[in-house]
Amino acid sequence: MDSIALSRQMLDGDRMIVNMGPSHPTTHGTLRIVLELEGETIVRATPEMGYLHRGVEKLGENLSYQQFIPLTDRLNYCSAIMNNVGYTTAVEKLLDIQIPKRAEHIRVLMSELSRVADHIVCVGVNAVDIGAFTAFLYLFKQRETAYDLFEMAAGQRLHTSFTRIGGVFRDLPEGFVPLAERFLVECSESIDELERLLTRNPIWHDRTKGIGVISAEDAVNWGYTGPSLRAAGVPQDLRKAQPYLGYETYDFDIPVGTTGDVFDRYLVRVEEMRQSLRIIRQVLDRLEPGPVMVDDPKVALPPKEKVYTRMESLIHHFKLIMHGMDMPVGEVYSATEAANGELGFYIVSDGGKNPYRIRVRPPCLPIFSSFEDQVKGGLIADAVAVLGAMNIIAGELDR
Amino acid sequence: MPEMNINDAVMTTRLDAVVNWGRKNSLWPMPFGVACCAIEFMSMMASRFDLSRFGAEAMRFSPRQSDMMLILGTITNKMAPVLRTIYAQMAEPKWVISVGVCASSGGMYRTYATLQGVDRVIPVDVYVPGCPPRPESIILGVMKLQEKIEKESLSMRKDHIARFYESLARQESLQAEKGLTSQQAIREMLMDAGERGVGTIF
Amino acid sequence: MIIEQIDAQLPGTVTDRHAFRGDQTIVIARENLLAVVALLHREGFQLLVDITAVDWPEREQRFDVVYHWLNLASQERLRLKVPVAEGESVPSLTGTFKTADWFEREVFDMFGIRFDGHPDLRRLLTWPDFPGHALRKDFPLDGGDPFCMEGCTAPYNNGERN
Repeated sequence: MDSIALSRQMLDGDRMIVNMGPSHPTTHGTLRIVLELEGETIVRATPEMGYLHRGVEKLGENLSYQQFIPLTDRLNYCSAIMNNVGYTTAVEKLLDIQIPKRAEHIRVLMSELSRVADHIVCVGVNAVDIGAFTAFLYLFKQRETAYDLFEMAAGQRLHTSFTRIGGVFRDLPEGFVPLAERFLVECSESIDELERLLTRNPIWHDRTKGIGVISAEDAVNWGYTGPSLRAAGVPQDLRKAQPYLGYETYDFDIPVGTTGDVFDRYLVRVEEMRQSLRIIRQVLDRLEPGPVMVDDPKVALPPKEKVYTRMESLIHHFKLIMHGMDMPVGEVYSATEAANGELGFYIVSDGGKNPYRIRVRPPCLPIFSSFEDQVKGGLIADAVAVLGAMNIIAGELDR
Repeated sequence: MPEMNINDAVMTTRLDAVVNWGRKNSLWPMPFGVACCAIEFMSMMASRFDLSRFGAEAMRFSPRQSDMMLILGTITNKMAPVLRTIYAQMAEPKWVISVGVCASSGGMYRTYATLQGVDRVIPVDVYVPGCPPRPESIILGVMKLQEKIEKESLSMRKDHIARFYESLARQESLQAEKGLTSQQAIREMLMDAGERGVGTIF
Repeated sequence: MIIEQIDAQLPGTVTDRHAFRGDQTIVIARENLLAVVALLHREGFQLLVDITAVDWPEREQRFDVVYHWLNLASQERLRLKVPVAEGESVPSLTGTFKTADWFEREVFDMFGIRFDGHPDLRRLLTWPDFPGHALRKDFPLDGGDPFCMEGCTAPYNNGERN
């Protein structure tokens, strides 16, 4: 930190170093960008991260597979359920078990709700940084309804820990489906309002069009995935390309942009919100009663009534908690399409109670590493706009 | 936990009452938003839970222009010196609310990288537990701080702030002397405090 | 499939292979890494998804540097593992894949494996004079901090501390 400043003192007096962060006015987690400016033009931008590195991967080696689920919530904290789903999908791939149909439907429903919630934060906060505060306030009302839905289903607003290995935590309660139907209508109207505010707004165009342009080959070379890659023109979406949880049976489109600039990313996110609402509609139509947890006592905790009355269930319960599940020896990599891109979990198991190694592949790390290329030659205000469009969530970036 | 004794022999005068009334009803927050608690803070500033009712609408991200620092999220060892610098830049009177368990005690992250509680390096006034605390809990924390401010007096000495600045000077001299980064200097001060059986470095 | 291509064009480089749970994995020696990577780039594996490492302290070649690739056209995935001993370095892929930059820095930070040819190999997640490499199996979870586990009643490993 100090050595960068000292070495730059030898430069000629026209260049100025501006330090953005780690405590900075934009509302995206904690990261640091050292900007080297000539006048107002950015000549170099050195991003620095790690200010939220909490040691999650190391902690995972000391916790059992079930105990790791609350840690996954706190990765991308704007859309916690998608991280839960990604992790439990990876462990289920390792165990080679199949979850029941209703659990799949509920996981898809909650994932798409989380995707909408995450895009609300990303677009809202991007708008706030550029100066459009109203969009944020209008959108956050819908996020509060999404929080109500999460609280009904999982008991917690933000860090839901909703999925379990083999299914979901519990079935959806009584009032969930009517509130979800109301949410579909209200959120769709809110997105219309947002589009009326921003999409044809000339100030928004000036601030976001042509800023942070990236070509498709460059995006792939930098390792982009998710809305930023689709905005650059590459139609890669794991829900269509390598479907999981029954996504191949739903009818939805993938928005693809052309230039990859901030405006395209905004448009891709807004359209993805609409498509997510479409998927939620289809899930609500095909929800059928059934079990929400796999029926295997070696994987799923037995219901409490049985634990207190039957010896066999008590033994299964004890064994699952104290000795963990019987894991095969091997390694898997499983990826799902999170709100930011390809969220991958690479789990190495040596057959013991705790995983030998858990690796989280963060979707925003390669995107953030390309920050310099995106803002070189631009102004500081453009750097703020690009940073907002990248949707850097520090919990996922630093783990 | 640091000792923040309000001298028992303090009598609040009418002037104190007026000044405290003004201070507690216009707390300008500085959100030190680092992780997930910042999202609940955003919810709190939005229309449903609205912190502006308490006079705290002017959310300034600059420490020079605010008087209440809300530490929102896990503070890692890499971030600790940054937090101390920002706290040092705030002008008095200043208060700190540590929101969430990660800031209060390290939370679920008992690892090499996480500071086990922000009160190890900074004086804290109110702790709000929760992971993340509901916006209503954070508002309750602000209300508790208001109750605390009511009982203050202009003649009261704030020992903890003086000790903080002194510890900052010690940290800088340690860095200069041994050529360490600020993070490593704070780690050394923490280990040293641990050996003496003290919980904080100030 | 890509493994047949590698066997055809660079015979003898693949020292081990398996397909556990459908993930095709190959193990190659570090001398052949750049050749295999050039082949992969030609054959359409243009998205380098992840670089990480695993520590097996009982083995002589202690670390396994693990690469994951995705072929956007055929949606085929490949995992490549390169065993490395302590003190040995691995050629860097930053020439071909710009995304390798920060992933390799992270592996250096967490494991101490150096990458030859990397433009700026320094720590990414921890601070510059952090003592040690965090994800190695002989590095304690609390980093030697006596406060970290003080008063901790949660069972880690059934009550034992690491």
